Amino acid sequence: MREAQGGGALRAESLDREGEQEPMKKKRWQNVVAGTIPPAEKEKATCKVITVTSGKGGVGKTTVTANLASAMAMSGKKVCAIDCDIGLRNLDIVMGLENRIVYDIVDIVEGRARLKQAMIKDKRHPTLHLIPAAQTRDKSAVTPKDMVMVCDQLREEMDFVFLDCPAGIENGFRNAIAPSDQVLIVVNPEVSSVRDADRIIGIIEAEEKGPGYLIINRMKHEMVERGEMLSQADILDILAVELIGMIPEDENIVVSSNRGNPIAMEEDNGSTSRQAFHHITRRLCGEDVPFLDLAKKPGIMARFKTWVGARAS
Amino acid sequence: MAWLQSILRSRPASGSVAKSRLQMVLTHDRGDLPPALLDEIRDEIIEVVTKRLSLDKNKVIVHLAHTTKETRLVAEIPLQSATTRRRRRA
Repeated sequence: MREAQGGGALRAESLDREGEQEPMKKKRWQNVVAGTIPPAEKEKATCKVITVTSGKGGVGKTTVTANLASAMAMSGKKVCAIDCDIGLRNLDIVMGLENRIVYDIVDIVEGRARLKQAMIKDKRHPTLHLIPAAQTRDKSAVTPKDMVMVCDQLREEMDFVFLDCPAGIENGFRNAIAPSDQVLIVVNPEVSSVRDADRIIGIIEAEEKGPGYLIINRMKHEMVERGEMLSQADILDILAVELIGMIPEDENIVVSSNRGNPIAMEEDNGSTSRQAFHHITRRLCGEDVPFLDLAKKPGIMARFKTWVGARAS
Repeated sequence: MAWLQSILRSRPASGSVAKSRLQMVLTHDRGDLPPALLDEIRDEIIEVVTKRLSLDKNKVIVHLAHTTKETRLVAEIPLQSATTRRRRRA
């Protein structure tokens, strides 16, 4: 109880309560919200806060967030993933950390837990952390200011913070966008997803968080060849944003999600989707990586391994 | 066999249909001016221009032109010049 009171009071209003004021933190928070932190100082703190959004639901935001966070941690970076979908948490189950939850983001914001208490350290990769969403509250429990405050604390220790944005353009979206340095937009090659992505791009630019970077998820190369699916060129022509990655439709992603082991964490079996996630993380670090040729099927050994894996289960 | 079917089939493949439908619908979505407003603007433009120049009211078109970076209000106003009138009379 004493611990929670001492360090956990991060909510704006609660900073004014006696005995819980930490003068240094309060000043920094005020500066962040007022936007008066000079750009030079921001560049020194090399942490990048990245929001994964889409507008439309079910396109793969959570899967992408889980895999990008895992791939980034595997390359040695200190990463924290935050599930911003309050009331409908699933980043934890996709990452296989659902049994480790004690506190969540709302507990941090309302002062019942310190940041370190709520952050789950992944035992498979110690530099990977997760702050889960609350399951029994809704998106009004957290405000954009709260998210900025939490991310501000994380910037001091992490190299990357990934925010899994909920679907839609309301509170949850606003919360996830508020602290971000870079926005990744996940889109499926089909009409409703592209339409919603366009709306999101417009909103992000209006909020001065743009330009977003595009991830096309669930590409089916054979359908694109036949002309029965929107191609990468079509989507880029319509949305006019830069592409940062393309992920093919892959049954293995469902399998790995079932096991709670993001596919990016599995050993390199030649799976194109696993490679795609790792390439995106390299691009996020500034490396210029050529895009995979999705037409190329994984080699015979990789397919044999996948077949053996399927038979074994 | 799918490629053969797509040749024999008279309608275009759905990918290109999807692209053109999206372009149409996004032009609409991006421009959030109601069509009635455009008609009012058109009438007012005609009113202002006819004070100085003569024009064919039926041929005046006012519409929105979208690019990825901006939206423009475009008015096309064919003018009736003195030469045109003389040619017609002749």
